[in-house]
Amino acid sequence: MNSLGEAFAAAWRLLAGFDADLAQVVGLSLQVSITAVLIATLIGLPLGATIAVERFRGRQTLIVLLNALMGLPPVVVGLLVYLLLSRAGPLGGLGILFTPQAMIIAQTVLIAPIIAALSRQTLEDAWREYEEQLRSLGARRLTAGMTLIWDTRFSLLTIVLAGFGRAIAEVGAVMIVGGNIDGVTRVMTTTIALETSKGDLPLALGLGIVLISLVVALNALVAIIREAAMRRYG
Amino acid sequence: MAIVRRAIVRGAMLALTLCGVLTGPVAWAQQKFITVASTTSTENSGLFKHILPLFKTKTGIDVRVVAQGTGQALDTGKRGDADVVFVHDRVKELAMVKEGAFVNRHDVMYNDFVVVGPKADPAEVGGGKDVVAALKKIAGTKAPFASRGDKSGTHAAELRLWQESGIDPVDGKGGWYRETGSGMGATLNTASGMNAYSLTDRGTWLSFKNRGDLVIVVEGDRKLFNQYGIMLVNPARHAHVKKESGQMFIDWVVSAEGQKAIADYKINGQPLFFPNAGR
Amino acid sequence: MLPLEFRDLSYVVGDTRIIAGISARIEAGPRTVILGPNGAGKSVLMRLCHGLLAPTNGSIVWHSARNGDVRRHQAMVFQRPVMLRRSALGNVMYGLTLAGKSRNEASLRAMDVLEVVGLAQHAARPARVLSGGEQQRLALARAWALGPDVLFLDEPTANLDPSAAQDIEHIINAIHASGTKIIMSTHNLGQARRLGDEILFLSNGRLMEHTPIDRFFREPASAEAAAFIKGELPWQ
Repeated sequence: MNSLGEAFAAAWRLLAGFDADLAQVVGLSLQVSITAVLIATLIGLPLGATIAVERFRGRQTLIVLLNALMGLPPVVVGLLVYLLLSRAGPLGGLGILFTPQAMIIAQTVLIAPIIAALSRQTLEDAWREYEEQLRSLGARRLTAGMTLIWDTRFSLLTIVLAGFGRAIAEVGAVMIVGGNIDGVTRVMTTTIALETSKGDLPLALGLGIVLISLVVALNALVAIIREAAMRRYG
Repeated sequence: MAIVRRAIVRGAMLALTLCGVLTGPVAWAQQKFITVASTTSTENSGLFKHILPLFKTKTGIDVRVVAQGTGQALDTGKRGDADVVFVHDRVKELAMVKEGAFVNRHDVMYNDFVVVGPKADPAEVGGGKDVVAALKKIAGTKAPFASRGDKSGTHAAELRLWQESGIDPVDGKGGWYRETGSGMGATLNTASGMNAYSLTDRGTWLSFKNRGDLVIVVEGDRKLFNQYGIMLVNPARHAHVKKESGQMFIDWVVSAEGQKAIADYKINGQPLFFPNAGR
Repeated sequence: MLPLEFRDLSYVVGDTRIIAGISARIEAGPRTVILGPNGAGKSVLMRLCHGLLAPTNGSIVWHSARNGDVRRHQAMVFQRPVMLRRSALGNVMYGLTLAGKSRNEASLRAMDVLEVVGLAQHAARPARVLSGGEQQRLALARAWALGPDVLFLDEPTANLDPSAAQDIEHIINAIHASGTKIIMSTHNLGQARRLGDEILFLSNGRLMEHTPIDRFFREPASAEAAAFIKGELPWQ
């Protein structure tokens, strides 16, 4: 329990001191995970919408596969992306191993299935409710899909937040493909792992508290925006 | 299915554009750099934070250190994912130079290992100067021992010492001999939590903050010396290796200037590494 | 668009014949009420006409002088109105912009229709916070705004209290008066009497009768219809 007290003290010192290193690490964490969640949404949302609305052979298999991929272990994703981007691998020519781009790619691979699978479920439920009315009003597939996405935007926003949460919290993927290079690919989670391995547990825990506070603050912000929007649109 | 494919392609194209746009500026800013694969113990000791800025001031080259276990660092170099490798397993390094994965190997520095253990010292090895004898005693009393078990340089050194003592610790695996399969810090955390003996490099120990009841029990034995080497990834095998900048770093590290920088790195007034290039 | 003809229309799901060989001809003009007990196939028949379902056998033929999508000149109001997550005005504008109207045109037409159904003061409110009766009025407005030749209504007041139901019935009559053909399903005899000019009586997926309203109630031709009329609860 003493370490917990030390940890809170360490967290407070970190936040109050606006430590330049900490700012850089936090900034990179946000840059990597936010970019990853944006790209994952651009890929996962249309995919989820298409599967929700269309009927085609192999649809059920695809749904089961997507759902299963939600549980991809981050460290395995990291290893796979590493093998892909390594100089000895197929995409080695790009030379992006041990850079933030590699980290973004790994996190995108990790959370795109989450966004696709969960949005598929949300949109399929919505389609069941809306299908007849939308078709009656003359909406074709693409328009209907976009209307569904707009109408379920609050649920979809929660899904995007879930994806972001998973991305910013993981360490396995970014550690392997990023290499935890000081000043270049070091993010909050890899710093926590590093400080733990150096035995500086209060600092590691303090950083953990900073990370959690960041995520809570972000969620609170989104909740406020959502409240305001719901009051306007119902 | 064609509709699904179209949706994916459209999304992916947009995604790649975004990826480039959002992170492009970051990549462009750091063109002059080399990647050095080294070990977690070296990184954790803080040596790089001390000497790399000096190199950057002199040459303008950014040195990006990827810290992994020795085995992984050597593999990273072999694959061509780094330009220079800086580890401490002389036997393996020389073998891989012979095999052609690396070139231009130089000795750089050495540090020593120490045996740490609980203050209570159940195996009664405290104050000793003979590490092999100490290991025999630890195995004899079946006192708990935490090993890295991760094919690192430290792990390799530990196994060589067990071999010399004539004891195969595998017999005690799961009992008094615990393999953590992780880095030095994590292993020390485990040792601290279990009040176990362990073999660690002095550098990690000096900056380790979670000692619990552990203290140094055996040190100074010549057999505990740990030699570091630096080498260039063979550019004949990997055309993209930054051989000029990489060689500049190697040359600097073994030069009088670099060697002095290493010797100047101290924790609590104590040096961690002893430069011995070209000796 | 009209007359509308069904030729030996069938709809089968698995082993169940929901619609079994219906043939009929619906002319322009009179308000058509599709009557029958629950499970008779009224909803399915309407969805077949509107094109939301495809018949298993037989055909639906519109005598359309116009080319293109037949569904553009029809609209449908469902038992449970589905409100989009936007304002009442936005809901009415949705179909209009889909049909190619500019936002300005759509907005003006939508406000006009909202006036007529008595929802103008709620135009800016989120549609989902309106009461059940208001939502159904909005659904009617949304359908009417499109200017359809035919308006289908599937048990539009089944979920509403009597006063809300009355409002809906008034609006339906107004829509009829403006020239739109009404085809409505209900199981409520009183409503059929108030709103129907002719009856299509369905029982177990079969068309039992197709008669003008007076004759239907005076002399039902089929035993099922007679039983249905008699089984009527007195207070409806």
